[in-house]
Amino acid sequence: MAEQHQSDEIPLASLATGATALLTRVGGDRAFRRRVMELGLVPGAAVQKRKTAPLGDPIELEVRGCRLSIRRAEAEVVWVKA
Amino acid sequence: MSEPRPRPLIALAGNPNTGKTTLFNHLTGSRARVGNYPGVTVERRVATMSLGPGQDADLVDIPGTYSIVGRSAEEQIAIRELTGLGGGRRPDLVVLCVDATNLVRNLYLALQLQELGVNLVIALTMMDEARGILPEPHKLGAVLQCSIAPVVARSGEGVPALVELIRDRLATPDADPRWRWTPSRLLRGAMDRVSAAAPSGWPKDDALALWALMSVTETDELHGVPPAVRSAVLIGGPSGEDIDEEVITARYRWLDEHIAPALSGPPERSLTDRVDSVLIHPIFGFVVFLGIMFVVFQSLFAWADPAITLIEDVFGAVGGWVATSLPPGILNDLLVNGVIGGMGSVVVFLPQILLLFFMLGLLEDSGYMARVAYLMDRVMRLMNLNGRAFVPMLSGFACAIPAVMATRTMERQRDRLLTMMVVPLMTCSARLPIYTLMIGALFPPDRLWGVVPVQGLLMVFMYLFSVVMALTAAWVLSRTVLKAPNVALVLELPPYRAPRLRDVLRMMTSRASMFLREAGTVILGFTILLWALLSFPKDVAFTQDYEAQIAAAQTEAQVAELTAAQDGERLRGSYGGRLGHAIEPVIQPLGFDWKIGVGLIGAFAAREVFVSTMGVVYGVGGDVNEESVTLRERMRSELRDDGKPVYTPLVGMSLMAFFALACQCMSTLAVVKRETGGWRWPAFLFVYMTSLAWTVSFVIYQGGRLLGFAG
Repeated sequence: MAEQHQSDEIPLASLATGATALLTRVGGDRAFRRRVMELGLVPGAAVQKRKTAPLGDPIELEVRGCRLSIRRAEAEVVWVKA
Repeated sequence: MSEPRPRPLIALAGNPNTGKTTLFNHLTGSRARVGNYPGVTVERRVATMSLGPGQDADLVDIPGTYSIVGRSAEEQIAIRELTGLGGGRRPDLVVLCVDATNLVRNLYLALQLQELGVNLVIALTMMDEARGILPEPHKLGAVLQCSIAPVVARSGEGVPALVELIRDRLATPDADPRWRWTPSRLLRGAMDRVSAAAPSGWPKDDALALWALMSVTETDELHGVPPAVRSAVLIGGPSGEDIDEEVITARYRWLDEHIAPALSGPPERSLTDRVDSVLIHPIFGFVVFLGIMFVVFQSLFAWADPAITLIEDVFGAVGGWVATSLPPGILNDLLVNGVIGGMGSVVVFLPQILLLFFMLGLLEDSGYMARVAYLMDRVMRLMNLNGRAFVPMLSGFACAIPAVMATRTMERQRDRLLTMMVVPLMTCSARLPIYTLMIGALFPPDRLWGVVPVQGLLMVFMYLFSVVMALTAAWVLSRTVLKAPNVALVLELPPYRAPRLRDVLRMMTSRASMFLREAGTVILGFTILLWALLSFPKDVAFTQDYEAQIAAAQTEAQVAELTAAQDGERLRGSYGGRLGHAIEPVIQPLGFDWKIGVGLIGAFAAREVFVSTMGVVYGVGGDVNEESVTLRERMRSELRDDGKPVYTPLVGMSLMAFFALACQCMSTLAVVKRETGGWRWPAFLFVYMTSLAWTVSFVIYQGGRLLGFAG
């Protein structure tokens, strides 16, 4: 089942390195979703994609002044509005 | 006389990386009592803290957590400790460590605790880094309606005021639940339904109902949730995803409106940014990483060696002294070879354990361990593990004992178990003497194409073989026995901070004493058992009258030769020797005879013991090492009943593969038992590794013979 999304939404994984965007929606399984939301990645939060690890995965984010790292596969289901 | 009141119980909670351990050490000072939470490989640390003259309390350290909800057994620890659910005692007070430089995220947990209605005191840590951006603590306390004590855990600044606050709050508790948001009609209905279903003994409490709604799923690993509560959660109503989003968003909305505006800016992170620009740089990052990992590995592999040798020498000297000062006999032998030898084989692990935990403490407390996980995640994912498994795996190349203990730094139970199950496959240093002996005795010192030395190539091959087998085992186990829902990696990259030496040393000594107490006793027991197997019965029917011959011997060399021959015959006649005979049908298809079987039994004490056991078995004396020419020649000349040599290169390959894969190490089993809290996992480890070893050796030996190699 393809997820419905608005045309101006892009996956966090596709956000340019260094860019900041507003989070719109967190997908993925329930445990992942709850975990990242409890760490402050709730809809409306500003999230910056800071870096990609040297081996291409995972990626480093900053949200609410806190640095987090999630894998690229998961960053594909976290949606932001540029 | 007043009735003795029970000591107050205080729980210390907080996010990871908030200085919680440092604060715990400051508040207690004395040694912590360390136990295990039932069913999970997580430690429960309790220590006495002084509230004033003659006034003590118990302080329990709740493992660092971002939230009280969760679907796994280890995530359930927090709610159990905070509420006393599941038979524990409800704490009289909870001290929450809140990182002042990361206030909003940290206070999320505070809101959960206030909803639960715990008697709460907030310790605002990292104050030294947060000055200038924080509102006055008392203003923050007014917004949060909660007592707040600012502290600098590193220096202890503010700790006396915190203790005073704790004392006040114990005297006048404030445990009214506080909710900062109103549940929607749908959620309200679901919470009421769960509360109504709760049987007696399960509090009818909104926060607990919400906990159940957010934690219980069809496939959770939670213990002790009443079936009625479980079915009330799963019966329907709003979806779990909708509840999660509503609740989490509502709490953050309150924090964003009430806390975030009071902050005057983001914390200073330029140091961390500058350090990270090197440490996770695509090139320099790996250079530094390799350098640091080299130090970790080298310290276990080489730097621990002088201490290990010293321990062996001391125990050897004590044993020698006891041996000569007591009359010879069974008691003497038991004391020297069983008890003293056994204690020696426990203590000998201490240098590596202390060194590894010193390094781990520095890596963890400085914040670098999170970067190791970040850098190596892509690699460790091949094993269905995350980057945090890297250091334990690397340590496995030195010794499985500290490596298994190092799995504590990993967050998930399943990841810890999976790592523990494959770490013993790594080529540890105890396997090297066996490889050296086999390769030296059975393979020519030739060079392939005139350049590559065959013997060196074989050694490299054995290392690669162990890595491939560990990868394969992890791949298979993670899809079968340790199959678990794929949990996404969510890794916090904390700011770099200078580790506090006292915390690191405290963890080192606590780990070491735990190893001595719990794993050490098992290892000692095994050693005495093995000693008995290889020493009894004493009345072996010798083929020659050694005593008479020794008495008549002319030279010392003759005496030594005769004694060695007698020892060999005695060992071959022992229970262990008979066991070797008994297992011969099982190991014959691998190309091993019963004498090798005796060596395998002896090697269970530690793999390298195989070398000296074979020395005794072949009557060249136990005082040989892997470089011994006598032993190598003796092996090459050893013939089977049919007159063919016992040791061929093919048998050597089969034997090396067996040692690479079999769990020939009682200390590994003892330490896995200690870490997992039972015999189930060590039993599994032993059975799977030994079966794997047998199968691979069988394929090598029988396959080699089919291909025409001499068997």
